[in-house]
Amino acid sequence: MELIEVKNCYKIYKNGVTALADINLSIKKGDFVFIIGSTASGKSSLIKMLYREEKPTKGNVYVGGINVAKLRNRKVYKLRRKIGIVFQDFKLLPKLNVYENVAFPLESMGIKKKDIKPRVLEALERVGLKEKVHSFPNQLSGGECQRVCIARAIINKPKVLICDEPTGNLDPKTSKEIMKLIDYINKEMHTTVIMATHDRDIVNRMKKRVLLIDHGILKGDFAKGSYKENEAI
Amino acid sequence: MKPFRILSKNIKDAFKSIFRNFSLSFASIICTTITLIMVSIAIIVSINVKDFTKAIENNLSIIVFLDRDSSIDDATNIQKKLKKDSRIDSIIFESKEDVKNQMQKESEVFNSIMSEWTEETNPLQNEFSIKVKNAENLKAVSESIKKLEHIDSVKYGEEIVDKLIVTFNIVEKATIIIVIALILVTAFLISNTIKITIYSRKNEIDIMRLVGTSNIVIKLPFLFEGFILGIIGSIVPIIITIYGYILTYDKLNGHLFSNIIKLENPSNIIFKVSIVIVVIGAVVGMLSSYRSARKYLKI
Repeated sequence: MELIEVKNCYKIYKNGVTALADINLSIKKGDFVFIIGSTASGKSSLIKMLYREEKPTKGNVYVGGINVAKLRNRKVYKLRRKIGIVFQDFKLLPKLNVYENVAFPLESMGIKKKDIKPRVLEALERVGLKEKVHSFPNQLSGGECQRVCIARAIINKPKVLICDEPTGNLDPKTSKEIMKLIDYINKEMHTTVIMATHDRDIVNRMKKRVLLIDHGILKGDFAKGSYKENEAI
Repeated sequence: MKPFRILSKNIKDAFKSIFRNFSLSFASIICTTITLIMVSIAIIVSINVKDFTKAIENNLSIIVFLDRDSSIDDATNIQKKLKKDSRIDSIIFESKEDVKNQMQKESEVFNSIMSEWTEETNPLQNEFSIKVKNAENLKAVSESIKKLEHIDSVKYGEEIVDKLIVTFNIVEKATIIIVIALILVTAFLISNTIKITIYSRKNEIDIMRLVGTSNIVIKLPFLFEGFILGIIGSIVPIIITIYGYILTYDKLNGHLFSNIIKLENPSNIIFKVSIVIVVIGAVVGMLSSYRSARKYLKI
């Protein structure tokens, strides 16, 4: 079975809005996939479904063998421990420093302090923030905050890294660096990356598989490098 | 050990959050304190009331008035018959002369009036004062005595006892209602405190959920917070129970109004009552925070 499989998936919100209609897709282990589409196209709903922030109204979503659609609320944490999530707004805890923010998932899992330390330092080294261990989020730049968020996402060595517009709040130069980092994680750690974005530059430059979503429908599935800018987003 | 690490972290978090929302925590603690003081008073009163009614019932005697024209011989006959009844504990006979003498001693007015009475003109009646072994048999014994000859009337203070019991029942029920109402108010306040804690930590909770923290680990600090609020709220009531009751007991010399109504010895009950109070505080605290955690965490 593929690492991620979405079968006949519908998402209809309570107010009657159909966010997704009959989505079918599969993603292999180690893939790097962009999900693109304009605002309100349904790409966020799709991404949120993968980490079970939303439940599909109909259909099945398999992530690493778990049927997310049938996952009970109290079991959701099991899924979340297998995936890393990177957010547009970083979602760091302002009262914790960089080290504590990255250690947060491990601490809440009840892992020993002495086992947490090497893992946190390793993750921070990967994202290049080892010297900012004691800084607080408000002392960091946007790019650095995003690196902390990525470090926290990879601390559990997840199979999948889900990125919801990770460069949305960053300038082009910083975005480039962050993309380099995510690409590095994909290649070095063999982590599957699924990234929602509407940054054309990044999509064009990276030459990865692209899924185009428009009005809740999967309009196109472009294999690595075959997506061209003129096929309007 | 993993569970202990999670536990100690949760307890720390709970204390932190109590101090973070100090004004609200303080309000819930005060409310818990007042409620538990009431609960304590209610429990102590109801324990003692049960004893009072028992004591009063056991001290009751049946007074049997004989006909005015009955002789001392008739009385001796009746006494013989009564002695055969196994339900009767003791029988004291008082002739109308005895009653007259007693009343004369009690007051000057009676004395002057009664001194003119002779054996024949004495309007008083010969009487028996009877004690039964079991207060429950009061009614049955009086009924059977009524059937004997030369009996004018039988009285056993039925109305007074009934009135007392009714009064005590009302007092007991009223305290129970007040206590339940107060417990509800406390539960509401504590769950409100927890709700505000949850809202103030909403961001943190969202992130916890996203990074894969299990629900129980998210919920536990809030349950502990409620638990700790309940326990802190029960400290003052326990102190008041222990010292208040001992003081009252000593002040009243161990009885209320008269020697018949004895108060329960402090050493017998204060310990039990204290435990009940802590348990109520902790349970109410935990249940109300559980309610909030379920309602507002939505996990």
